[in-house]
Amino acid sequence: MKVTGLAVAAATALAVAVPGVAAAQDCDTITLGAAISLTGKYATNGIHTQNGYEFAIQKIKDNGGVMVDGKCYNFQVIYYDDESKGDRGATLTERLINQDGVQYMLGPYSSGLTKAIAPVTEQYQIPMIEAEGASRALFNQGYRYLFAVLSTSEQYLASAVALAALQAEKEGRDPSTVKVAVAVENDPFSLDIRAGVLDDAAKYGMQIVIDEKLPRDLSDMSSILTKVKLLKPDLLIVSGHSKGAATAVRQIEEMDVSVPMIAITHCEAADVTGNFGDAANGFLCSTQWAETLTYEDPIFGSAANFEAEFKAAYPDYEDKTVPYQVAQAAAAVYVFKDAFERAGSLDKEAVRDAIAATDLATFYGQIKFSDAGNNIAKPMVLRQIQDGAYNVVAPPDFASHPLEWPRP
Amino acid sequence: MEQIWGNIELLIDYPMVNLQIILDGLMIGSVFALAAYGLALVWGVMNVKNLAQGEFVIGGGYVAWYLTGLGAHPLLGVPAAFVTMALLGGAVHGTVIQRNVAANARAAGALAVIAGVCFVVGLYLAQTGPGQEPDTLGLVLKIGGATALFALFVAAGGTYGLIISRVIERDLFTSLLATFGLAIMMAQIMNLLFGSDTQNIKLPYETVQLLEGDPIGVGAPMGKLIGVILAAILAIGVVFFMRSTRMGQAIRATAQDARAARVLGINTEKVYAFTFSLNSAICGAAGAIIVMVWVIQPFFGITHSIRAFVIVTAAGLGNLPGVIGAGLGLGALEQYGSHVFGIGYQQAIAVLLLLFVLAIRLAVQRRKRQVLK
Amino acid sequence: MKYLVYAALLAIAIAAPFLFPDYRTSLAALWILIIVALTWDMTGGQMGYNSLGNIFFYGTGMYVAAVICIALVYDVGEYTNAFSGEEQTFTSEQYFTGMLVGCLGAGVFCALSALVIGFLTFGLRGPYFAIGTLGVAIAAGELVSNWEWIGGGQGIALPVYPGDFEAGKDFFYFLFLVTGVALILLLGWLYRTRFGLAINAIRDDEEKAEGMGIKTLSIKLFTWSIAAFFVGIAGGISAFQLIHFEPLETAYQTINLGIFMVVCVLLGGKGTLWGPVIGAILFHLFKEVTWNYFLGWQWVALGALIVVTVVFFQQGLLGWLMDKKPEWFGIRVESREAAK
Repeated sequence: MKVTGLAVAAATALAVAVPGVAAAQDCDTITLGAAISLTGKYATNGIHTQNGYEFAIQKIKDNGGVMVDGKCYNFQVIYYDDESKGDRGATLTERLINQDGVQYMLGPYSSGLTKAIAPVTEQYQIPMIEAEGASRALFNQGYRYLFAVLSTSEQYLASAVALAALQAEKEGRDPSTVKVAVAVENDPFSLDIRAGVLDDAAKYGMQIVIDEKLPRDLSDMSSILTKVKLLKPDLLIVSGHSKGAATAVRQIEEMDVSVPMIAITHCEAADVTGNFGDAANGFLCSTQWAETLTYEDPIFGSAANFEAEFKAAYPDYEDKTVPYQVAQAAAAVYVFKDAFERAGSLDKEAVRDAIAATDLATFYGQIKFSDAGNNIAKPMVLRQIQDGAYNVVAPPDFASHPLEWPRP
Repeated sequence: MEQIWGNIELLIDYPMVNLQIILDGLMIGSVFALAAYGLALVWGVMNVKNLAQGEFVIGGGYVAWYLTGLGAHPLLGVPAAFVTMALLGGAVHGTVIQRNVAANARAAGALAVIAGVCFVVGLYLAQTGPGQEPDTLGLVLKIGGATALFALFVAAGGTYGLIISRVIERDLFTSLLATFGLAIMMAQIMNLLFGSDTQNIKLPYETVQLLEGDPIGVGAPMGKLIGVILAAILAIGVVFFMRSTRMGQAIRATAQDARAARVLGINTEKVYAFTFSLNSAICGAAGAIIVMVWVIQPFFGITHSIRAFVIVTAAGLGNLPGVIGAGLGLGALEQYGSHVFGIGYQQAIAVLLLLFVLAIRLAVQRRKRQVLK
Repeated sequence: MKYLVYAALLAIAIAAPFLFPDYRTSLAALWILIIVALTWDMTGGQMGYNSLGNIFFYGTGMYVAAVICIALVYDVGEYTNAFSGEEQTFTSEQYFTGMLVGCLGAGVFCALSALVIGFLTFGLRGPYFAIGTLGVAIAAGELVSNWEWIGGGQGIALPVYPGDFEAGKDFFYFLFLVTGVALILLLGWLYRTRFGLAINAIRDDEEKAEGMGIKTLSIKLFTWSIAAFFVGIAGGISAFQLIHFEPLETAYQTINLGIFMVVCVLLGGKGTLWGPVIGAILFHLFKEVTWNYFLGWQWVALGALIVVTVVFFQQGLLGWLMDKKPEWFGIRVESREAAK
C-alpha cells in the first residue's frame, strides 16, 4: 500500500491537474484515484465532479484531516482524463490501480462510465465510492465494492409523474387521462430515467404519446416540439444532460410550446436561469440535493453553508446555483473519511466493510447503502423554477413552495 | 414501426405541420449551405478537402458568443466573426505562405513561441483552477483568457498557412487527414478555452407567427429569420464578389486551370491564400448565425463538417445555386426524417443521404462509362 | 539470420506480459493497434484505397461476437434489457464456447460485409472512397445506437472472465498476440506472392492493371475481406476484454481508433510489412505519454502529431530510412551473407 512517501510520485503525476497540494502539515497522505471526464461530451459535469472532490478534500484538511487509528491523514486524488469514453475509463482505472498503486477509487461522471469502470475495480477488489452514476443497471450486477451516494436514476423524474397525477386529481380528472411525452438522450443514464417514468406512468395508466431518443450531439429538437404542439401532452419529460436542458428551454420558448408541466434534468448544470432568464420559469427540475434542504453535518455545516463556502472557494459558480453534482461528489469524499475513521485501519477490506456499514448524516442527506451499494436513505427532490429561483415543490415532505400550475 | 406510421398520420392530419417542417428545414438549411459553399470553394480552387470545416463554424460561433459576453449586440457577432476569421486567415497567409524554406522556418519558430505561450497560459489556467486565490485570480483569468483567445486564432491561422500551403498540391487523402488533425486540435483548444458547456446567444426578439392555426400555426423564431437573411446577404455578396472583382475572377480562373492561370500572370499563391481566408470567414459567419439559433459546443464541429460534405458531394463544386439548393434540401429532408423516424436518427439521416448521393454518382458514372464503350 | 531476429521479436512479445505485468492491458491495446494498422495498410498502403471506415469492422465484430455469445444461452432482447432485474450468469464452458464461436463468427460476418460494402464502394475513387467508407462507419454506429434489441445506447455488458482474474489478463493478451502474429505471417507470405504484386499494381495504376488482365474488383474485395476478417476478430476479443461497451464511443469509435490506425501506418511507413507495426508501437508510446502527462492537452498533441506526420513526414519512418539510408536495407543483408 503506497500511503507514505507518495508525495513525490503523486506530485509529478498531478503537476498539471492539482498544483500546490504540498503536504505541509505532519499529516500523511491517503491517495484516491479518479478517472474524470475533463474532455468530451460529459466534460462540464466531469469538472463539477472534480471541483466537488477537491473542495471536500480541502475542507476535510482544514478540519484536521482524517484520523485513522490516532494518526492524521489527508486525502489526495490522482486524476486522469477519461475523455467521456468507457474503454478509456476502464484502461485508466487499471493504470491507477496497477501503476499508481491506488487502493481506493472515487467514481467518474455518468452512469455509462461507471458501468465501464465498475467491473475493473470489482476484479481488483478496490472499494469505489461514486457520486455520479445513477443507473439502476449498476446495482443489479452483484458488485461488492461499488457504493453510490446518490439516488438511482429511475427516481429522477418519477416524482414528476406522481405530481402530474396529483394535479389531475385536483382538477377532477382521472390520472389515467394524463398524456405524457418523453424525450431522453440515448445513453444509459437518460434511458434509465425513461424506464422509471414509463414504469410510473404505467402504474397510473397514463398514455405515452411521444417516446423519442435524443442524439448525442443534440442541438435542435424542434421536430419533437412540433409533435408536442400537435399532441398536447399534459407532461413533457426531457433528459439529455446539460445540452438537453439548454436546447429544451431555448426551443420551448422560441416555438411557444405550452405544456402545463415540463420536467427536465440538469437545470443547474446548464444554468438555465442564468442563460435564458424568464424563459426558464415554470420548469420542474429534478435534483439529488438542494441548498434549501435542512440537512447538515459537522464538517460542511448545513446545505446552505456548503453552498456559500463552495461559492467562496470557487468564484466561477458565484452567480449560479451550485449543481448537485458538486454536492454529491463532496459527499462521496466525506463517506470515505467517515469509513476510514470507523475502520481504524488502511486495510481495504476493512475500509470496504466500514463503507458498507455507513449510516451517516451529511449536508447532502442521509447516506446508508443497500446490499447492492446504492443509497436508499435519501429521496430525490423536484424543484420548480419560480421567478428565476429554484424552489422545492415535491415530494410534499420537503416542499417549501406550492407548485405553479400550469406553467406560465 | 407503429410510431413511424403515427408520425406520418400526423403529417396528413395536420397539413400545416408540413409547412412548419419545411420552413424549419429551409431556415436551417440556408445556414448549412454557407459552410458548404466555403467547402466547395476550397475544394474546387485548391483541391483541399477541409474536414475542419465544422470547427471553423464553431470557432466563429465562439467569437460571436465571446463578443456578446463582453457586451456587444448579438447581431454584431456575424460581421465580427466574418472579419475576425478573414483577417486572421488573410494576415497569416500573407506572412507565412511563401513556399520558401527560410520563411517557413521563421513561421514555424514564431508558431512554436505562440504555442509555447498558449501552452503556458493554458497550463496556468488549468493550474490555478477555481478556488485558490479568488481576488487576484479573477483578473488574471480574464486577461489570460483574452490572451489565449488571441493566441488561439493567431496560432490556428498560422497553422493553416503552414499546413494548407503544403497540402494544396498533394494527393487527395493528405488534405483529408491533415485537416482532420487540425479539427481535433481546434476542438480541443476551444474546449480548453471556453469549457465544454453548451453556449448560445439569446436574441431579444419574439417569435414571428406567420400563419395562425389550431392546434398549430406556422411560426418562425426571429433568430432563424435573421439567420436566413444574413445567409442570403452573405451569399449574394459572395456571388457579386466572384463575378465582378478582379480577385473573384482570378479565383474562378485558378479553379478552372491553375497552370493556365499562372501563365496568364495570376498569382495563384495569393489566390489560394485569399480563397482559404474567404472560406474561414464564411464559416465564421455561419457559426455566428448557428450560435443564435442553435447551441454550440466545442465538439459539435463534426456534424457541421458532415453536412458540408453531404451538400458539396450532392451539388458538385463551383456551383453556388446547386450548393444552396442542396443545403436547403438537406435541411428540409433532415427535419422530415427526424419527424418521421425520430430525432435519434438525425445524424444517421444526414450520413445515409451522403451515401445515397455517392451511390447515385457511382451509378451515373458507370452508365457514362458504358456509353463511351 | 533473419529468422533469428524474428524469433527474438516473438520471444520479446511473449515475454512482455511477464516482464511488465502491470502493463498487460496496455500491451493488449498495442496489439489491437498493430492488427488494425496492418489491415488498414493492406488496402491503404499496398492497394491504394484509403478507407476511413475500417472501424466499421471493429465495431461490428464487437457486436456480432457479443450477440452470438449471448444468443447461445439467452434471448438477446431480454438479456440486453437491463431492467429485467435477473442476474444472468454464464458457466465457464458457455463463456469460452461463446467467445470462440462469437469471435470466429465476427470475423466471418465482417469478411462477408466487406464483400458487400466493397462491392458498393470500390467504384468510388480517391477521396470519395474515404468519405464513403467513413459514412458507412458513422451510419452504422448511429443505427446500432438506435437498435434496442442489442441494447441501443445502453450498450452490452458481457460476462466477466470466469477464471482467475490475473490469468484472464494473460489470456486476452495472448489471444491478441496469436491473432496479430497470424496476421503478420499471412501478410508476410501474401505480399511475396503474385497476389502482392497484383494489389501493388492496382495501387500504381488501376486502369493498366485491369488492362494486364488482373481482375481488379475481385482482388480488391478479397483483400478487404481478409482485412475485415482480422479486424472483426480483434473487435470480438476486445468486446470480451472490455466487458461493457457501447455503440458510439467504444464500438464505432470513428474519430479515435478509426483514425489512429491510419496515423500508425503513416507514422511507420505505408506499403511496407513492418511499417505499420513500428508505427503502432511509436503511436502507442506517444499516446500513453501524452495521455498521462499532458492532461487536457493530449488531443492537441495528437492533432499536432497527425498534422506533422501527414504533412511533413508522410513516407513514415521506414520510408524515410529507405530514402536516406538505402544501404541499410541493401548492405546489411549482404554483410550478413558474407559473415555466413
